[in-house]
Amino acid sequence: MTEIPDLLYSEAENDLRQAVRSLFSERCHPADVIARTETAETYDAALWQALAGELGCAGLLVPEALGGAGASYREAAVVAEEAGRSVAPVPYLGSAVVATAALLSALAASGSQHDAEQDRKLLAALAAGTVTAALAVPFETGPGSELPATIRVVGPLAGDMSGAPRLTGTAPRVADALPADVLLVPADGVPYGLYAVDATAFGVTRTPVVSLDATRQLCDLTFDATPARRIAGGDAASAAVFAALAAGTAMLAAEQLGLAEQCVAMTVAYAKERRQFARQIGSFQAIKHRLADLWVSVAQARAAARYAAACLAGNDPDAAVAVSMAKAYCGDVAVKAAEECVQLHGGIGFTWEHPAHLYLKRAKSGSIAFGTPDRHRAVIGRLVGLPGPGETAPEESA
Amino acid sequence: MLEASGADDVRARARQLLADHNPATTPPLDFLRARFDAGLAWVHYPPGLGGLGTSRELQAVADAVLTKAGAPDNDPSRIGIGLGMAAPTILAFGTEEQKNRWLRPLWTGEEIWCQLFSEPGAGSDLAGLATRAVPEPDGDGPAAWRVNGQKVWTSQAHQARWAILVARTDPDVPKHAGLSYFVVDMTAPGVEVRPLRQLTGEAEFNEVFLSDVIIPDAQRLGAVGEGWRVATATLMNERVAIGGRTMPREGGMIAGAVRAWRQRPELRTPGLHDKLLRLWVDAEVARLAGARLRQQLAVGQPGPEGSAAKLVFARLNQEISGFEVELAGGEGLLYDDWTMRRPEGANFYGRGPGYRYLRAKGNSIEGGTSEILRNIVAERVLGLPPEIRVDKDVPWKDLPR
Repeated sequence: MTEIPDLLYSEAENDLRQAVRSLFSERCHPADVIARTETAETYDAALWQALAGELGCAGLLVPEALGGAGASYREAAVVAEEAGRSVAPVPYLGSAVVATAALLSALAASGSQHDAEQDRKLLAALAAGTVTAALAVPFETGPGSELPATIRVVGPLAGDMSGAPRLTGTAPRVADALPADVLLVPADGVPYGLYAVDATAFGVTRTPVVSLDATRQLCDLTFDATPARRIAGGDAASAAVFAALAAGTAMLAAEQLGLAEQCVAMTVAYAKERRQFARQIGSFQAIKHRLADLWVSVAQARAAARYAAACLAGNDPDAAVAVSMAKAYCGDVAVKAAEECVQLHGGIGFTWEHPAHLYLKRAKSGSIAFGTPDRHRAVIGRLVGLPGPGETAPEESA
Repeated sequence: MLEASGADDVRARARQLLADHNPATTPPLDFLRARFDAGLAWVHYPPGLGGLGTSRELQAVADAVLTKAGAPDNDPSRIGIGLGMAAPTILAFGTEEQKNRWLRPLWTGEEIWCQLFSEPGAGSDLAGLATRAVPEPDGDGPAAWRVNGQKVWTSQAHQARWAILVARTDPDVPKHAGLSYFVVDMTAPGVEVRPLRQLTGEAEFNEVFLSDVIIPDAQRLGAVGEGWRVATATLMNERVAIGGRTMPREGGMIAGAVRAWRQRPELRTPGLHDKLLRLWVDAEVARLAGARLRQQLAVGQPGPEGSAAKLVFARLNQEISGFEVELAGGEGLLYDDWTMRRPEGANFYGRGPGYRYLRAKGNSIEGGTSEILRNIVAERVLGLPPEIRVDKDVPWKDLPR
């Protein structure tokens, strides 16, 4: 293992944070976020346009030569933190992180082959925020977990002059696919491949599902002989899906960090303002100590999240450990912070009107997304050679 | 001297010291004294007091040159209280005479220092302490103080030549206002040191009984009644002194747990596996958080995260060592040795799991209990309202005890 990378925030990252935070504080009010969850448009398209188009946050991971900002996972993590802080109903994670990482990986593998030009165009559009995309896998899928073979390549249809491959099958509980223009679909065939599908193409059905986190509404996808364009095949496709899920996992951990920070901030503010027994409730040790413990675990989570972002940004060989560690740690901290937020707000925290429930639902849902903390700890156990009972570590079998 | 770059100047002085005092042939104490006199002991201290009045970072330059040449060091772990607490306090509050008398033998390790703060009746509430210092009626000699009381949890009292002491000089004012700060000669009549055996079976610490101990007024640091301010500065220095280097992954308390897990497959159970992986992640995240803290310090932005470090350290040490005892199964029923001994210093990671488990219980008590640290985080970091205090404006002598 190499030296520990820089875990601080750079000046440019702090500036980026300020810009994103002021956008959200102006245009992402909790009351509006709550109200939106009960409308047909659960994603806020205007807010996304501002974040992606005006601030350029959709293209952070895309190199400048491909129309992006040429930044890294460190900057992308800062935006994720702010999105978590405001439970922003935008497809940042699904489009600017997961789908973008998949395309970047596929493009790097394909070089100048086949129709890389179309991939480049798609990436540029994603970077500009004019197009959004989502990876068609269940939201609970973690990096390295086996994908269920529920979507198959059925080959070109007879009489289809384009000769495009066709996909048939289903993918349940997909995040950020509702507002997506393009779906990136891993599909079984010979070989296994990653395909791009127009979300409005023939045979695509998107069925919104009632989601625990209504600020990131999931949908079930079905494909019925849907025309598709292959982006990557075989190992390159597997690598693209893995890279996408690893990126999503690390950036979701950053989102969980921002969410947890906001839960602590809201609760501390409330504990200073709320009076019972003629005292601020924040003067009771029963409350102070819980908030102190929460703040301590958020400080720890920040180190974990920063380490994962830095490892991805620097192609560090420790990235797999770092990503799973961040997800396991930040996921638990976010859930704890949101639960304490509800509890310490008392009655008001249990209402629909107060935003505490948005944080609780996003935290709990996020802890399952890309693999539960327990699954990530199991991954770490394998990576660092701490096998469970009956398992064998690589060095033990040698 | 011309304006040389600081690092070059320090390097040149270190080479000159080596040229004048060959470490291979100079007795270690002579070398250390020469090093002090050359201003290379602690370069950020003033000239004449072991320093060059330059920035603290340049110490590493001097250390590198001297270490490479095989020069002896002052074994800082043996004189931690002197270096970390007494010296900065003497520098900040001492008279010229006091600084000249105490700092040199403190730094060279000729004189060991200990700290007489905590009392049986004053732990977390240090300002409530009861050890009394009463002015001696003016005789022919210099004014002095007669001290009576009992101090506790004193590391190295049995080896120390000097102690820093906080005592009550005025019981008629509220508790923080009636304290003064002294330096005690541990060889003076009336100072009695007894080992304090702890639950591990050994005695790292002492009780110190002070019976009619006479302290010359020339050994007072700071003004009469200013003891709390001086003591607070000492305790701040204690926190700064903590820090050090980032340990490697799987260092510290987790090392024993992962070693046992890897070596003893027959002890593995699903529940313990889950616990181990949680602890591994917690330990690694704490290590990264410590590294991040040092990165913040290095660029001059110390954050409030430092307050979190000791809370996490205590909890982790306790949980990991508890895990290790449980993992050991039947062997966890045994203990290596209850014999009363006087170890050289604290070793949180030494001996067997049983010892580590018991020693770790002290980690959430010593140097500020976890409960007090939570108050500090809540009040100073989060800005939550302070505890309701009933003892702030009452004369100390009228407080219920």
